[in-house]
Amino acid sequence: MDFTIDFTKEQIEAIENVLEEELIELGVQSVILMDLAGNVIVNLDSGGTSHDVFSLAALAAGNYGAVSAMANIIGEQEFSLLFHKGEEESIHFSKVVDDLLLLTIFNKNVSLGFLRLKVAEAIKRIQLLV
Amino acid sequence: MALINPKKREVQVKIVYYGPGRGGKTTNLEYINRKFKKRILNEMVTVKTYGDRTLFFDFLPFDMGEIKGHSIKIQLYTVPGQVKYNATRRLVLRGVDGIVFVADSMDLRREMNIRSLQNLKENLESFNKNINNIPLVMQYNKRDLSEEGIPILPIETLQKDMNSQLNAPYFQASAITGENVTATMKKIIALTVSSLRKKLE
Ligand SMILES: Nc1nc2c(ncn2[C@@H]2O[C@H](COP(=O)(O)OP(=O)(O)OP(=O)(O)O)[C@@H](O)[C@H]2O)c(=O)[nH]1
Ligand SMILES: [Mg+2]
Repeated sequence: MDFTIDFTKEQIEAIENVLEEELIELGVQSVILMDLAGNVIVNLDSGGTSHDVFSLAALAAGNYGAVSAMANIIGEQEFSLLFHKGEEESIHFSKVVDDLLLLTIFNKNVSLGFLRLKVAEAIKRIQLLV
Repeated sequence: MALINPKKREVQVKIVYYGPGRGGKTTNLEYINRKFKKRILNEMVTVKTYGDRTLFFDFLPFDMGEIKGHSIKIQLYTVPGQVKYNATRRLVLRGVDGIVFVADSMDLRREMNIRSLQNLKENLESFNKNINNIPLVMQYNKRDLSEEGIPILPIETLQKDMNSQLNAPYFQASAITGENVTATMKKIIALTVSSLRKKLE
């Protein structure tokens, strides 16, 4: 079984629009849609920052896999909230569909509650596109 | 399977260095990182325990230029070789496009090489992949040790143990001196990319 889904140009553009409308406009620094092999599918940022997205995606895929395995050991399907809080910047992870992950990097100007709402909204829209 | 982004015309290819603990996987990537500094835009990422053993993986992204109008991004990974880290090895293998098996030439490590190869087959099977259908290169590492009088396995023995069924291209290498490290990498990239070419037409 392969983990990567192939996307068309149109799909990628539609996903970019969703992420732009739901998350970039909210003020998040960057969003990465990636697969669990660590591939970057879509990456948008608000300008100003340039993170090393490929390394981030590789580490996020490993981290997500490790945390899911921990969940299974204690009898959970998955943990619904994966969130790392920093002094300035924070990272939020969310599963989109089985093999796709949405990673959001945002600073303290964005509230976690609102972010989670918008991420959920974006995911619902992306699920219709993939 | 590699990820193709038709909008950016970019392909991401995942190559994993596999093999027994202390065989020299991380040392391969460190050499490549030094030698190709100019083409590597980002820092090598390593998740290590103290004492330099790989805990999770090493990651080295590498730009390879263009093929059929697509820019090719090679992502080199190593797995942690220690037996106890199988769960993380399996995570790193997700979506693999090509594999370098780094075997340790030291006499003492003969059994560990064989077990690690068996473990690779099993892990691939858990993803419904067959080792025979995936681009693979064998590397017999630490050939330099013979000069220090440390007993190493003859190539014939290694070929018989590791490669008699698979018949993969192989290299005698030294990740420490860099001998055949680049050749190994070029070979696996060539094999992997040629299996991809058809998809890009
Ligand atoms: N003499 C010699 N030593 C080597 C060679 N390659 C690696 N080593 C040494 O072997 C040890 C282990 O090398 P690593 O590259 O860390 O091995 P690894 O396969 O990444 O090990 P794990 O992360 O535990 O899976 C280190 O001390 C290296 O310096 C080689 O070609 N010749
Ligand atoms: Mg290592």
